[in-house]
Amino acid sequence: MRNNSSPVADTPEATETPVSAGSTGGHNSAGSTGGHEETRKVHAALTRSSTGSADLRELESGLDSLQSDAVRKARVDWSRILLPVAAVVVLIIIWQAYVSLGLKRRDLVPGPLDVAGQFGTLWAEGALQEAVWTSLQRGLVGFLISVAIATPIGLLLAQVAPLRRAFGPLISGLQVLPSVAWVPAAIIWFGLTDATVYFVVFMGAIPSIINGLISGVDQIPPQYRSVGTVLGASRLQMAVQIVLPAALPGYLGGLKQGWAFSWRSLMAAEIIAVGGTIGFGLGSMLNQGRDLADMTIVMSAILLILAVGILIELLVFGPIEKRLLQRRGLLAGSTR
Amino acid sequence: MPVVLENLGKRFGDGAPVLDDVNATIGKGEFVALLGASGCGKSTLLNIMAGLEVPTSGALEVPSDGAAFMFQDAALFPWLTARENIELALQLRGVGKAERRIKANELLELVHLAGAGDKRPHELSGGMRQRVALARSLAQDRQLLLMDEPFAALDAITRDLLHDELERIWKETGRTIVFVTHNVREAVRLGQRVLLLSSRPGRVVQEWNVTEEHRTDAGLAGQLTGVITARLREEIRRHAK
Ligand SMILES: Nc1ncnc2c1ncn2[C@@H]1O[C@H](COP(=O)(O)OP(=O)(O)OP(=O)(O)O)[C@@H](O)[C@H]1O
Ligand SMILES: [Mg+2]
Repeated sequence: MRNNSSPVADTPEATETPVSAGSTGGHNSAGSTGGHEETRKVHAALTRSSTGSADLRELESGLDSLQSDAVRKARVDWSRILLPVAAVVVLIIIWQAYVSLGLKRRDLVPGPLDVAGQFGTLWAEGALQEAVWTSLQRGLVGFLISVAIATPIGLLLAQVAPLRRAFGPLISGLQVLPSVAWVPAAIIWFGLTDATVYFVVFMGAIPSIINGLISGVDQIPPQYRSVGTVLGASRLQMAVQIVLPAALPGYLGGLKQGWAFSWRSLMAAEIIAVGGTIGFGLGSMLNQGRDLADMTIVMSAILLILAVGILIELLVFGPIEKRLLQRRGLLAGSTR
Repeated sequence: MPVVLENLGKRFGDGAPVLDDVNATIGKGEFVALLGASGCGKSTLLNIMAGLEVPTSGALEVPSDGAAFMFQDAALFPWLTARENIELALQLRGVGKAERRIKANELLELVHLAGAGDKRPHELSGGMRQRVALARSLAQDRQLLLMDEPFAALDAITRDLLHDELERIWKETGRTIVFVTHNVREAVRLGQRVLLLSSRPGRVVQEWNVTEEHRTDAGLAGQLTGVITARLREEIRRHAK
């Protein structure tokens, strides 16, 4: 481990001040040579502790290993899987029990088995797969384009005060405005095409992503910017290499909300705008169920919409968020 | 002269001046300890030297390429590993990618943290974090290194170790160091010169030279510490009542 055979000669202070003080305590012997009989005891805090560099290294690595965490092995936590499944099972049992009481007409409140049957029919027809695929694809593409548009705008607004003063209230307002309100306008402008659907998704997702990013940036400790300045970051470097990563937890919150808005807006658009070249999505399925007055189709569509939302959270945002927080040491003590 | 402060003054808003008529010159390669009671404006003065704050009056001369800065808490970026934190400093200085890695490893080696390069700040102890911060400030490769109570929050043994390391690094690299502290022992331990800043308004009221004899003779060092402490207390007592 020691790479120098004579720590005394290696220590700068030992060579520069030959009449150096002896070692400060019993813990080291490298600092003093045999010749100084009359050396004084020295307080380490006031003068050099005259520790040999190898000794210093050893002491330091001892402290380091005492003070840093041992690596903990990650393992599969079954309660994470079993508890949510149990919750769903309980809800289905309650649902079935309620239906079995026969308080409502079966065609108005179908039971779990009726809906499962309808699932099977839709699956066999291929309508289920088509609807899920069409909606999911639109939702994701619309969301990703929204991210690409909203991120630079959000950074710009967060970093340039006059721009933010000018556009901030407008963006906040747009976030509050239900994106369904854009459907009639979109139909007039774009007709019954995919452009209508995407337009509504953008109007839903972009403002909330921008706002998420801005509030993430607002919460950055001011010291990070000072460090950036001291390190000589240019404006662009500051924005991309310091502000953006520092704001990532807030930004991720904005992305989650942006996805939720995309998905909701998409469903709204699909329910209202039917026909033309607009394909068959989950919203269309919902609308079809209403037209046919078939409650099992309606329930199937609702459950599918819900399932997609849950899966995206569990498979995409959940792991990303967990990893992000874990890497920054922010997860300790949380109930996630 | 890397640093010249002339009649420097600073006030926040229209409050009482925090700094008033600060005069000091710091030579190349010098290790100056800046001492003062809590709240006397040490950080403010250091921030002005680093260009993070602008003085309201007076003039200052600092190296045109700016200064390296070490903050009171490590101020490492939590989303980067120890090595990446150092590499970022190198990158912002314009060092190429391949060279960055080599340089960062050298610096980690210099602060005896070669094995901890892939750890994230929250996985390191306070002392290790400060050493990474030290390596990062050295990565900036500026002649002037400003340090704002960098070891204040550490335990005594770790602090002693870091004192030894800092002194070694100072000798090896020949930097000019301004080291802010409110700890008289620390100032005497490290500085070649100790400047005492008064409180409200902050102003350099006295300075002492710490010679090589003080480094090795505990009696002399203790005596000087006593003198400086007495002067500091007198300065604080002025504000009593
Ligand atoms: N941004 C600010 N706005 C208003 N007042 C400030 C600001 N920064 C510092 N001050 C004031 O300036 C004075 C000096 O602060 P400074 O942080 O420089 O003290 P210090 O000597 O570093 O203290 P410490 O030893 O506790 O770190 C304090 O009274 C503080 O209240
Ligand atoms: Mg301070």
